[in-house]
Amino acid sequence: MDLRSYATDGFWDELFDDSLQPRPGAEQLVRRLAAFSHGELAARQRAADKSLLTMGITFNVYGHEAGTEKIWPFDIVPRVIDAAEWTTIERGLKQRIHALNLFIDDVYNQRRIVKDGVVPDWLVDSGKCFRGPCAGLTPPRGVWCHITGTDLVRGGDGCMYVLEDNLRTPSGVSYVLENREVMKRTFPQLFQGLRVSPVENYPEKLLAMLEYVAPPHARDPTVVVLTPGIYNSAYFEHSFLARQMGVELVQGSDLVVVDRKVFMRTTQGLERVDVIYRRIDDDFLDPQVFRADSVVGVPGLMDAYRAGNVALVNAPGTGIADDKAVYAYVPQIIRYYLGEDAILPNVPTFVCGEPDQCQHVLANIDKLVVKPANESGGYGIVLGPRATRQQLADCRDRIKANPRNFVAQPMLALSRVPTVVGDSLEGRHVDLRPFILYGEEIFVLPGGLTRVALVKGSLVVNSSQGGGSKDTWVVHRPTGDSPVPPSPSS
Amino acid sequence: MLSRVADSVFWMNRQIERAENVARAIETTLGLALDGTIEPGRLWNALVCAFGDQSDFWDRHGLADQARVFDFLAFDPANPNSIYCCLQAARENARTVRDMISSPMWEEINKCYLDVRGASAARADFADPREFIDEIQRASQLITGATDGTMSHGEAWHFARMGRLLERADKTSRFLDVEHFFGGEEGAGRDPVRWSSVLESASALEMYRKQYGAVSRKDTVRFLVLDRAFPRAMHFCLVKAEESLLAITGGTKGTHSTPAEQQLGRLRAALEYADIHEILGDGQAGAPRGLHGWIDAFQARLNAANDAIHTTFFALRPAGTVAEAG
Repeated sequence: MDLRSYATDGFWDELFDDSLQPRPGAEQLVRRLAAFSHGELAARQRAADKSLLTMGITFNVYGHEAGTEKIWPFDIVPRVIDAAEWTTIERGLKQRIHALNLFIDDVYNQRRIVKDGVVPDWLVDSGKCFRGPCAGLTPPRGVWCHITGTDLVRGGDGCMYVLEDNLRTPSGVSYVLENREVMKRTFPQLFQGLRVSPVENYPEKLLAMLEYVAPPHARDPTVVVLTPGIYNSAYFEHSFLARQMGVELVQGSDLVVVDRKVFMRTTQGLERVDVIYRRIDDDFLDPQVFRADSVVGVPGLMDAYRAGNVALVNAPGTGIADDKAVYAYVPQIIRYYLGEDAILPNVPTFVCGEPDQCQHVLANIDKLVVKPANESGGYGIVLGPRATRQQLADCRDRIKANPRNFVAQPMLALSRVPTVVGDSLEGRHVDLRPFILYGEEIFVLPGGLTRVALVKGSLVVNSSQGGGSKDTWVVHRPTGDSPVPPSPSS
Repeated sequence: MLSRVADSVFWMNRQIERAENVARAIETTLGLALDGTIEPGRLWNALVCAFGDQSDFWDRHGLADQARVFDFLAFDPANPNSIYCCLQAARENARTVRDMISSPMWEEINKCYLDVRGASAARADFADPREFIDEIQRASQLITGATDGTMSHGEAWHFARMGRLLERADKTSRFLDVEHFFGGEEGAGRDPVRWSSVLESASALEMYRKQYGAVSRKDTVRFLVLDRAFPRAMHFCLVKAEESLLAITGGTKGTHSTPAEQQLGRLRAALEYADIHEILGDGQAGAPRGLHGWIDAFQARLNAANDAIHTTFFALRPAGTVAEAG
């Protein structure tokens, strides 16, 4: 295959530099791709697609008929991260999660950070995901954010930025594992002679973490995964993780609370449950405490949790650190709790809850990306440079009506990765979601989920909006010097 | 295991077994139709009756012919017993218990469903139903094989086997009721071709011949009801289903601690001591019902056993009524 016609179009490309030389770690991959005969790439892509269909690796799309399953598009050209750069990313993520966990514990208890004036009180109290019923609580082992999926992006300057912290019920890790599996099934030659960090041990790490945070009464804890059911968009992942860990996948109706203890209904009667990895939002967990209309939750669950009889993962209330307005303060949060500078920089962010920043956003809305502070899945985002005049006017009105609920960021030139189009390669924009577990120690799964905007020129990588995914390789080079990762150009 | 999961595993296997039986009955009827000895309308009508869906069929389609009945039994999304609906439901159940079953099982079920969905979408220009029918039977065998070969033979597996065997016992009994479906037609009972086709519907002709040679009504009934070694004979199905039930409850044969054990044990015992003349109702003063009456009574008792299994294991009982397991 002739790679000389590939064009980076002025974007930062993850595999090639501007002169089309492979970046560190990508040399062997590029050499193999170049050796492909005509038609081979397209044939391999088809084989991978078929494999995904048979394996039933699907997600559900909301807004379509209930139960509409889609295969999540997978692109067979992997994204490569050099191990030397990964070390820095890993350190940065551990630092960030460590600080965010301290922050959550603080805001539900002493609130020192508010009293010391590092973050404004309105930021915490008006947070849509701040949960009053969690005040005064400390979860088992003091861990709130057990599982995080932090979104990273690389800008045109080559620097990795944190785009979002996902600390509620981040999804996507099952695709990391299945993508690797599909790559090994359909493209074994690509791996030969390469040292790619394995991802297969994630379920073991996850189970060890879940058992570690069990309440003290449970010596041999029973762990379950709680799913809203098969029509949830991430149901595949819920069942995948339960299966890989060898634990029960339960729905709300399978659980019952008796005497502030949680049990599951089995063919042999009731069985005690000690740890719940819940993939249900706080709002729906317990109709007696949060939304009364929830049919997927468990009445009395929060009561059992408060009595210390069950661990909930992630802990209810963790979403406060998921707030995009709080995100803007994370560098200060890290400095406050750890006395360190953030290793991974934030994308510059304007918080509309601060009047002067709000004025700036309203005046420059056509140049900015406006995001609601508490949505996920890419919903409600307005890309200023690509929006119509009417959309911008509507967006301004929404901000003025509730400034607290919006932040704005400059439009980023997301990096690209070569992606299969027919039988050739074209650059497509990507982001990266590494997964972090907080148990006895903090563990970062090497690589993470690379999401790719498959539509030419698109910056939207969400599965619900035309995105796909790629395998992500952290590649250890046999010899040679480690390059210094670029730092942000400020 | 979770009650909901046990329920899904049980039904998933019933649905796959049901699809396989529908496929085999269609195949047998296609063969009979080629013989040309029986008027096709009667033949296809009898097939619809065998699955008990005649009133739905008549309401929506009226006259029975090959094209209509085939479409009704194979693809009709409004017929809950069509192959398409069975496999869709089986796959939906498999999806809800994806964490309990092995990947080879899931992949076979998923593949089979995708094939049927594809065939259903292209049903307008369906050339050869036989190929499709073969495919369904093969898929069911593969799924059964994957279940036995890749899933631990623990509680979930026993629920799976119990579901499959109870469904099979029901379908075999329906195939045997052939005289009734032909409206008690004169001579039907003595026609060896028709009894051969009953045996074929239960995939039993070869094994039957090894044991009895020539096909007769009496020996066919004897083989399909009372045989202890043939895996589609009703007696065999109930013996193995009861074994699975006892493995689940930890009980022993001959005693019972749940309604499920009581109902299934009774029914199995009834077959164990049954007499072929009693079943056929011939030559005995006290047996006026005949084969159809006997089959009717059997199906009623099988339904009672099913209900008892549901109450014992699947029904979501309110909290506090069940003793906490240790």
